[in-house]
Amino acid sequence: MFRDITLGQYYPGNSIIHRLDPRTKLLWTVVYIVTLFLSDNKYSYLACVLALGIMIFISKVPIGHMIKGLKAVMIILIISILFNLFLTEGDKLFSFWIFTVTRQGVRRAVFMALRLICLILGTSLMTFTTTPNQLTDGIERGLGFLKVIKVPVHEIAMMMSIALRFIPLLTEELDKIIKAQTARGADIETGNFIKKAKAMIPMLIPLFVSAFRRAGELASAMEARCYHGGKGRTRMYPLKYGASDYCFMAAMFAYLAGIIILKVFLQ
Amino acid sequence: MSITVKNISYHYDNPGSEHSGRQVLCDISVSFDRDSFTAVIGPTGSGKSTFIQHLNLLLRADQGDILYDGESIYAQGYDRKKLRSRVGLVFQYPEYQLFETDVLSDVSFGPKNLGLPEDEVRKRASQALLQVGFSEADFHRSPFELSGGQKRRAAIAGVLAMQPEYLILDEPAAGLDPAGRRELFDMLGELHKKGGVGIILVSHSMDDVAKYADRLIVLNEGRILYDATPAEVFSHGKELESIGLDVPQAAKAAQMLRNRGISLPEGLITMEQVKTAILDHFG
Ligand SMILES: Nc1ncnc2c1ncn2[C@@H]1O[C@H](COP(=O)(O)OP(=O)(O)OP(=O)(O)O)[C@@H](O)[C@H]1O
Ligand SMILES: [Mg+2]
Repeated sequence: MFRDITLGQYYPGNSIIHRLDPRTKLLWTVVYIVTLFLSDNKYSYLACVLALGIMIFISKVPIGHMIKGLKAVMIILIISILFNLFLTEGDKLFSFWIFTVTRQGVRRAVFMALRLICLILGTSLMTFTTTPNQLTDGIERGLGFLKVIKVPVHEIAMMMSIALRFIPLLTEELDKIIKAQTARGADIETGNFIKKAKAMIPMLIPLFVSAFRRAGELASAMEARCYHGGKGRTRMYPLKYGASDYCFMAAMFAYLAGIIILKVFLQ
Repeated sequence: MSITVKNISYHYDNPGSEHSGRQVLCDISVSFDRDSFTAVIGPTGSGKSTFIQHLNLLLRADQGDILYDGESIYAQGYDRKKLRSRVGLVFQYPEYQLFETDVLSDVSFGPKNLGLPEDEVRKRASQALLQVGFSEADFHRSPFELSGGQKRRAAIAGVLAMQPEYLILDEPAAGLDPAGRRELFDMLGELHKKGGVGIILVSHSMDDVAKYADRLIVLNEGRILYDATPAEVFSHGKELESIGLDVPQAAKAAQMLRNRGISLPEGLITMEQVKTAILDHFG
């Protein structure tokens, strides 16, 4: 029932992108977002789309699979397109009823849609090609410099990885609890909103009880293995940049420079 | 009041998993009636838990049909709630379903969902609690402060309180101590004999099923391998071993004695039977 809930779905693969260091991919995600917001003409947009297309192509994640991720933001996408289309002042193209469509409106709507789609696909490429564990590792190492200003980077990364680990466990547990209560005649499928909300109580209490129990058990297990925070902790698989990371970063900076040049010279 | 399962097949749809789409149950046909105490055994992952969830419509087969009392439970507009009250299902580690502030109210959850009047609900709940060995003094304790075994019994009472015609249990004795197991099985035996409740249980303990069940269904890789009396099923020791099961200790002991030249009859599967046979042999 609830097993379909997935978060940042990892798409197993062994492409070059999959094998890149997670820090490289994090940096790429940031750079890509920056370039998207720097883009303001059709050439730079074309470059963004092209860059994304190449990335998706070498990551070997099926494009249909990626587009599924767009469904969740479809409504935001449509609303922003409509607003831009109808509410931009400028040279009138045509009008009907109370709406007027302008040339600038069409332009802005198209760019906005492109920007949103690229933003979502570009960032989800990161989660598609990086396991949650690698991702938190990357965040911990990549943001390590923030420790200087007393940001508890290790703790945040640890919380993230535990939370990610718990999601499938809890959905599985919820599934079991719902079945067990359904077997006792509970009914969460019929009735109005209030009735349904009330019917969730017998599901949620055991879920919370078990979440707290698991949290307690995990804490004891971690302490039993002498976990004492990030200080002085070494890793089994230390992150290391490889040749492909350097090549990738060179290409990435060339792309960033290209976008900046397009912005400056095509004003 | 019989359950008839006709050629059901089932697979889980799991987008992320590599096992997605594999048949977990293949073409299973079997029927149950209230006179029998049936045990379902099979190696881990053979589909036992999946199978029993079909009997009260928690899962719906891809193919095939299930009749309860001659009526298809997949028919349009079939009363699922009523079915679930008649075919009570107790999950593995059922103690995690407890949620109320005291034991009695938790056990009342089932009958209350059936829409029974308040006093009938209380009556059934206390009756069920007494049946599983709770004393009145414990009725108002919080379910969360009970011991594991007590929680287990409270959870079973939660299903019993609906007064089902069949009681299905998924590994009810897992994690209980020997005395707890014995008490639990004795209670189930009692319920079966005196209460006329049909029992279907999943177990990994060959000794327990040999002692208490009068019918054994062996599942392997989603198919029924044997469906017969325990004595008959356990005569296929080699085949059972090859799929990761075993015969009861008593049957092994009897075989060893036979190997030593003590002629004991075939089909001994409980310690009680072996004891009598040895006494007969020497007496
Ligand atoms: N919710 C689920 N989603 C996907 N696959 C599942 C799910 N539940 C069980 N399975 C798979 O179905 C198969 C049968 O599982 P099932 O739980 O019915 O086995 P079982 O006989 O009860 O085993 P055990 O003795 O370990 O309890 C297993 O291969 C399992 O991986
Ligand atoms: Mg099971």
